[in-house]
Amino acid sequence: MGTNFITAQQVSKSFGTKHVLTDIDLTLPAGTIYGLIGPSGAGKTTLVKSIMGMEKVDHGTVTVMDAVMPNRQVMAKIGYMAQSDALYETLTARENLTFFGQLMSVAPKQLKQTIAYAANLVNLTKDLDLRVSDYSGGMKRRLSLAIALIQNPNLLILDEPTVGIDPELRQQIWEELNNLKATGKSILITTHVMDEAERCDYLMLIRRGIALAQGTPAELKAKYQVDSIEQVFLKAGRLQDADHSNR
Amino acid sequence: MRTIAIVKRVLKQMMRDKRTLALMFLAPLLIMSLMYFLFQNNTTQTAALGVHGVDNAVVKAIDTKHVDITHYDSAAATKMIRQHDLAGYLTQKNGKLTITYANSNPTDTSLIKASLQAGLVKLRMQTLVKATKAQKKALTAQQQALQKLVKAQSAETVTKLKAAIAQAQASGNTAQVAKLQAQLKKVTAGSATKTATAKKAPTYSTASHYLYGSSDSTFFESFLPIFLGFFVFFFVFLISGISLLNERTTGTLSRLLATPIRRGEIITGYLIGYGIFAVIQTLLTVTFAITVFKIHLVGNIWLVFLINFLLALVALTFGIFISTFANSEFQMIQFIPLVVVPQIFFSGLIPVSGMATWLQWTAHIMPLYYGANALTDVVTKGADITAIGGNLLVLLGFMSVLTILNIVGMKRYRKV
Repeated sequence: MGTNFITAQQVSKSFGTKHVLTDIDLTLPAGTIYGLIGPSGAGKTTLVKSIMGMEKVDHGTVTVMDAVMPNRQVMAKIGYMAQSDALYETLTARENLTFFGQLMSVAPKQLKQTIAYAANLVNLTKDLDLRVSDYSGGMKRRLSLAIALIQNPNLLILDEPTVGIDPELRQQIWEELNNLKATGKSILITTHVMDEAERCDYLMLIRRGIALAQGTPAELKAKYQVDSIEQVFLKAGRLQDADHSNR
Repeated sequence: MRTIAIVKRVLKQMMRDKRTLALMFLAPLLIMSLMYFLFQNNTTQTAALGVHGVDNAVVKAIDTKHVDITHYDSAAATKMIRQHDLAGYLTQKNGKLTITYANSNPTDTSLIKASLQAGLVKLRMQTLVKATKAQKKALTAQQQALQKLVKAQSAETVTKLKAAIAQAQASGNTAQVAKLQAQLKKVTAGSATKTATAKKAPTYSTASHYLYGSSDSTFFESFLPIFLGFFVFFFVFLISGISLLNERTTGTLSRLLATPIRRGEIITGYLIGYGIFAVIQTLLTVTFAITVFKIHLVGNIWLVFLINFLLALVALTFGIFISTFANSEFQMIQFIPLVVVPQIFFSGLIPVSGMATWLQWTAHIMPLYYGANALTDVVTKGADITAIGGNLLVLLGFMSVLTILNIVGMKRYRKV
């Protein structure tokens, strides 16, 4: 277990009578980029929040870095990027980064350095002293990513990190994610962009709260006998609709 | 450490929001100035009174500076009131006075009522004075006659005694002389004291002393402490409530709770951050009242700050608590008539001791009731901390309960 950053077993969650997650198993070893793909409303964000310990699961257990979630201390070790940009618009980007750095217990001496590193990574260095209210949508997204990286965490949980980011920068970000992976960090990423799914080491197809398929991109393509993840997704979806016992 | 990060952030955000700052710091001064002028002259109000066929003596008696009397030719009170926009109409028939009030403004009605009553008392007094004067005349005449008699009597005794003394002296009886001389002294002294008591008449004058304030005390002075508390309560409630609501709707609260921060640290950070602004606001309003309006602060100014700080903390926790029931700023504003306005009624503007019992009980669940009570005691009566300790404890209690509720309420966003 020690090598796995995340272990989720039989996780179920419902809001009222609506089943949002049904018996999800997920294992994230060190040095892996794990992709959660699925349409909006599939339960990706709920799964992410359950792993973070922000949502209480009805059944099953979630363990992050050997600690059973929810656990407040473990949160300091997770770099989290929410689906919506949760930024203080009246403050500058630097002030936002400083604030979250302080909350993440980054030592005051290191703070300046880590802000410079994170800003450089998302290409915001020259706009650091602008107020967030003057930022474009893409810039806000990048700032959110920089905030997730502020305490140099070993585990990154990114909820739709590349929405609204132009292809060139997306390329850069993925390169950086691969660099982080090479240093032994793990990344859990949700997306509905299929070409991003191809870049993940391991994928989970999730639809209507059910894990339809799990495996490396190559394994999935072989299993469904198609040649792109997009087609895997479509085929798996059709099979789910045809097979009502799956629901 | 994390708490300090929250405090710093709250301060920075407030400093960036110039309009909110202006609202918090300048609006109270503006309202206070307005109140100062509104409540300064409240003694020159007059009510228009129409009279018909009333004796001149009566009219003269009820004519004060509060009523504006006009004579009319008609006895139809209702018609005349409507036609001339009068506050009251007084008619006389066979020595019976009939007053009709318009009663559209209770103040005017009571002004006329008071003038009429005072006038009638005055009339009665005048007749009484006349009667006593007549009695006095008769009495003095009697007294004079009596005095004359006494004088004649004593003069007779004096001459008799004097003759006796001369007789005794002639016969050489010294003991008898001394005895008679003493008798003579008594007789003359007695008549002197009698005239002295007759002259003495009781006269009363009043000297007024005020335990609190002075003869110049106005409504403004008695309302001021209440408003000092109210400003802090209202603005902190609104600003902190909306600010936490924004954190909730923009997702930053949920994002905050994805860090290892304790829920209590968030609330504490808010308490300190907005508490600082509440103290600055109090400093401004109190200084303004003392220097510009020359308000006399009887008690300790630090107690005023302490009370306002506590009130701010209650307002803050209350605002945060209420904000969880609102989904937008507009919905937050909708809570003002529900939870803020009723507090004004029970803050002491209307004396709570004169209310119905169930209303008095209602007053005791209003934080502002305790805050305004303590402020009034300190500002106008110079109460010390032991005298207002009970009020302060209740405010602390409100704050603690609301803080706990807020911390528990945040569990919705994170389970630990």
